Amino acid sequence: MALLDIRQRAGHLFLAVMLGHVILISAQVTSRTGVPILESVTFGIFAEVQRATTAGASLVRRVWRGYVGLRQVKADNDELKRQLASAEVQLQEQRALADRSRGFERLLDLRDHLTLSTAAAEIIGASATPDFRTLTIDKGTRDGLRPDMSVIAPAGVVGRIVVPSARAAKVQLLIDRNAAAGAIIERSRAQGVAVGAGDERLRLEYVSEVADVAVGDAVVTSGIDGIFPKGFIIGRVDAVEKNGGAYKRITIKPAVDFSSLEAVLVVLTPTPARSAAEAGAE
Amino acid sequence: MKAAWVVLAIALALVLQTQTMLGRFMIRGTLAIDLVLVVVVYVALTSGPVTGLLSGTVAGLVQDALSSGIVGIGGLAKTIVGFLTGIVGSQFIVTQPVPRFVVFFAATLLDRVVFIGLYVLLDLRSFSTSYAALAGQAVGNAVVGIVAFQLVELLPGVLERRRMANTRLRR
Repeated sequence: MALLDIRQRAGHLFLAVMLGHVILISAQVTSRTGVPILESVTFGIFAEVQRATTAGASLVRRVWRGYVGLRQVKADNDELKRQLASAEVQLQEQRALADRSRGFERLLDLRDHLTLSTAAAEIIGASATPDFRTLTIDKGTRDGLRPDMSVIAPAGVVGRIVVPSARAAKVQLLIDRNAAAGAIIERSRAQGVAVGAGDERLRLEYVSEVADVAVGDAVVTSGIDGIFPKGFIIGRVDAVEKNGGAYKRITIKPAVDFSSLEAVLVVLTPTPARSAAEAGAE
Repeated sequence: MKAAWVVLAIALALVLQTQTMLGRFMIRGTLAIDLVLVVVVYVALTSGPVTGLLSGTVAGLVQDALSSGIVGIGGLAKTIVGFLTGIVGSQFIVTQPVPRFVVFFAATLLDRVVFIGLYVLLDLRSFSTSYAALAGQAVGNAVVGIVAFQLVELLPGVLERRRMANTRLRR
């Protein structure tokens, strides 16, 4: 009876739902500090669905590849891939270490922040709409994950955690239109900000017109954003154009192939900037 | 009636799951088809404005929650699309492929206009979506929608004919 009543008053229902949406949107837009509870709870629930589906698909895939297919070759391949990934992470750490050791930093009280504590996580889903570049991973606050922790892969920087739930977390990829990271050209030390363009490329902004930048230069994190550790590779310069203004127009090809990611590492060690901020807050 | 709502909920969950799984492999933005929108339009055309409105609300909100945007903007867009499509479906005869194509095409455009328009209006983010990409997505959604309609309408008949043929052969 009540349902029949609703059906006869579709206009009223429509207005009520619209009003609800407007209130919901307004609440989020006016209070943009922290993670909205609604988003966190809803995300947490549906992340479990993604986890279950991915687990089922992974099980079938593992059975097929591991037992029906070439069993030993698969096992060897997995081991080699793991070793290679580990070596690439170590290479990045060494690169970061070498970067830190340059110039005047020798004179500073260098403490070893490069033995990063990380947590490996598997990707269990992606954004439900193509307008946003996010991934869902199978680790959450129970594993020590917090908002704004950086996420890396053996090839380079992936993004940052935006919404952690208890057993899953949403990762904003560096290529998302709202993502950015402090960046530096490894060769010339020219600084800028790597900004997501919403497609498969990044833009390097605020690089001076007179800065020395060439196609193929490696772009690494500068660490000034307080999220990403210093010296980790973002990508390589793909194009450099002069646009007549104070800054160059630079395009970066990301080092990470975001379409083939299966697992990532979440950096648990806070960056020096965040440690200082937390110490200041206390 | 309850069974219909359960079927609708399962269909939406499956479509959302498919969309997120496909998104993993098409993260570069080449995934032009919005399967959730297709289901909302389908439900609205077959069940009317109230069901369209409610399914648009639920699907849009969940889609928002699984993305990194503001929760409610996609929901609002899909609510409007579901409601208006339901009205169109109840006022006009939309049973042929061409009218259905037009409805899916227009629904996609409306969804995009409301979604992008709200983000731009609230100064939350910018979009560089070209008219060609927009038209491509609208055509993609329309084609998938028509195929879905055809499958749902033709499949029971095909199965029934096959069953009848098997029965005759046994005799």
